[in-house]
Amino acid sequence: MEVLTAIKRVPETGAKIVLTEDKLDIDTSSLGFTFSPHEECAVEEGVQLVEEHGGNVTVLTLGEEDATEQLRSAIAMGADDGILLESDEDRGPAGTAKAIADAASDADFDLLLFGNESADTANHQVGVRVAEQLGLPCVTGIKDLDVTDGTVTARREIPGGSEVYEVDLPAVVTVKEGLNEPRYPSMRAKMQARKASVEHDEPAAYDEGLELLELEVPESDDSPAEVLGESPDAADDAVDVLEDLEVL
Amino acid sequence: MVLALVEHDNGEVDDTSLETLTLARDVAEQAGESLEAIAFGPEADGIAETVGAYGVAVLNTVDHADLDDYAPEAYGRAVVQCAEETGTEAIIAPGTDRGAETLSHAASKLDVTMAAEVTDVEVGDDYELTRQRWGGTLIEHARLSADTNLLTVAPNEISASESGGDAADVSAFTPELDDGDLRVQLTRVEESDIEGVPLAEARVVVGGGRGTDGDFSELEDLVEKIPNAALGSSRAAVNEGWRPHDDQIGQTGNKIAPEIYIAAGISGAVQHMVGCKGAENILAINTDPEAAIVQKADWAVVADLHEVAPAMSEELESRGHAD
Ligand SMILES: Cc1cc2nc3c(=O)[nH]c(=O)nc-3n(C[C@H](O)[C@H](O)[C@H](O)COP(=O)(O)OP(=O)(O)OC[C@H]3O[C@@H](n4cnc5c(N)ncnc54)[C@H](O)[C@@H]3O)c2cc1C
Ligand SMILES: Nc1ncnc2c1ncn2[C@@H]1O[C@H](COP(=O)(O)O)[C@@H](O)[C@H]1O
Repeated sequence: MEVLTAIKRVPETGAKIVLTEDKLDIDTSSLGFTFSPHEECAVEEGVQLVEEHGGNVTVLTLGEEDATEQLRSAIAMGADDGILLESDEDRGPAGTAKAIADAASDADFDLLLFGNESADTANHQVGVRVAEQLGLPCVTGIKDLDVTDGTVTARREIPGGSEVYEVDLPAVVTVKEGLNEPRYPSMRAKMQARKASVEHDEPAAYDEGLELLELEVPESDDSPAEVLGESPDAADDAVDVLEDLEVL
Repeated sequence: MVLALVEHDNGEVDDTSLETLTLARDVAEQAGESLEAIAFGPEADGIAETVGAYGVAVLNTVDHADLDDYAPEAYGRAVVQCAEETGTEAIIAPGTDRGAETLSHAASKLDVTMAAEVTDVEVGDDYELTRQRWGGTLIEHARLSADTNLLTVAPNEISASESGGDAADVSAFTPELDDGDLRVQLTRVEESDIEGVPLAEARVVVGGGRGTDGDFSELEDLVEKIPNAALGSSRAAVNEGWRPHDDQIGQTGNKIAPEIYIAAGISGAVQHMVGCKGAENILAINTDPEAAIVQKADWAVVADLHEVAPAMSEELESRGHAD
């Protein structure tokens, strides 16, 4: 089976987000990059399905040249091929989906895996839009996935249980972390991924209806905590806190 | 006209939909437009009174022989057709799994961009809106300018408020569906058999991170001594294989809202902290006084969690709290 997984390069922000001066971006000068935990699970699921059913996993990203780093991480996890849709400007979800769907329509994928939402912009729509453009069925927010005889059985969590959807391949599925336990690539796999060839493409420009004006870091209460103590003896004071809050 | 998608459980409107109606009413008032709602499923007409109290004039109930269960693409199609028939300038849906999914289909069919996780809208020629990124650790101000503006509302960010009003007029609406629209339909619902207090509902949450070094036994003990308490963890602890992902708190895990969150051996990364925005109070147990969690907590014990947690359990016992 032929699987496509779409991943997005995002900064690894720590305890505090710092913005660039024009407030249009995160200051990434001292940050590393990664891709979302949801998308890590998408890659892992693709690799597991291909281990079980045979076939290929293609990993695709739209972004700057640097996003090749994330493609290589996914290849180290077991993906077979990488595609970079090179685009220097930031694209919104409609333009991103159009570029991905255009690229995917050249090949016959049985299953297209996305994250439920991207880590940084959380637009919650790229997967659905790709499905609509390709005329494929789509299920979103999936935390459990089975493929048997060309049918996908997908589960989405709800309070107290899960919703079950059954759809025929080819299909688009957007997933959440918890779907599986992504593997840590071995040193050897990482070395090999460095040498893997990555296909380049340049998607056409797209005019998006959602325009970023400014980013803002929300106010947070940064008054330091009241330090109850610096040894286990402070446990008494901690229990006082619980008593005062009447949670016992 | 402004159209709000309302989710309900057999006639009982979901909280997130009440929040959605509150924002949608604000948008309608600013635009000088009327507010209508669209609802699916059995007993949808039973919500006419509730939505009326939130300012809805007309409630469009979707009525179709093949739509007995949730079907995302068909729902999206129905929303688009209803909007076109009634002449809508905005469609606003709750930012739930189903709300976002339905509206994404609608946005794609209308060929417009949807703005997700919105918390505020200023209506002018365009919509200047505020929305959440990174699970709420970053706020985006953006301009949405389409013939029909589609947006989902971030859950738990807006306080729902009624405006008072009579029951909405109910108008049954039958969409024209293609076969393809029903390819995806809810097949069945399964109940889970998890025991204990669900994380999202616990009054006390004890969370453990990489600082546990894999030993959660003392934290488990502590949870057992506190009523209505649940154990949670950071992503680092899940990645190490120490806890199941169901326990994870944060951007890609659970959102908690306890009276107090006791974070032990957790550094306080933004992606973790967005999961506990709903916590009334935070107590940090950390060996590092410089850890970010200490800045964000109300109280801190700067010591080894493997000593502090057992000492707390002992103290609870000696004060007669533990049974
Ligand atoms: C897109 C994205 C999504 C993410 N989603 C989530 C999410 O949903 N949830 C989440 O938690 N993370 C998430 N993360 C990861 C997050 O950035 C952090 O890596 C993670 O939260 C760190 O976990 P930690 O605090 O347990 O570990 P660390 O950062 O390693 O902190 C360990 C802490 O334990 C303290 N410590 C050590 N020993 C002891 C001891 N004996 N007693 C007391 N304290 C001790 C240390 O001082 C330190 O502060 C996400 C990251 C990305 C990029
Ligand atoms: N630039 C991108 N490159 C590749 N995949 C992307 C990109 N942006 C979004 N996606 C995919 O679409 C999913 C949903 O994104 P979004 O609609 O932005 O929340 C992500 O989890 C990715 O799988």
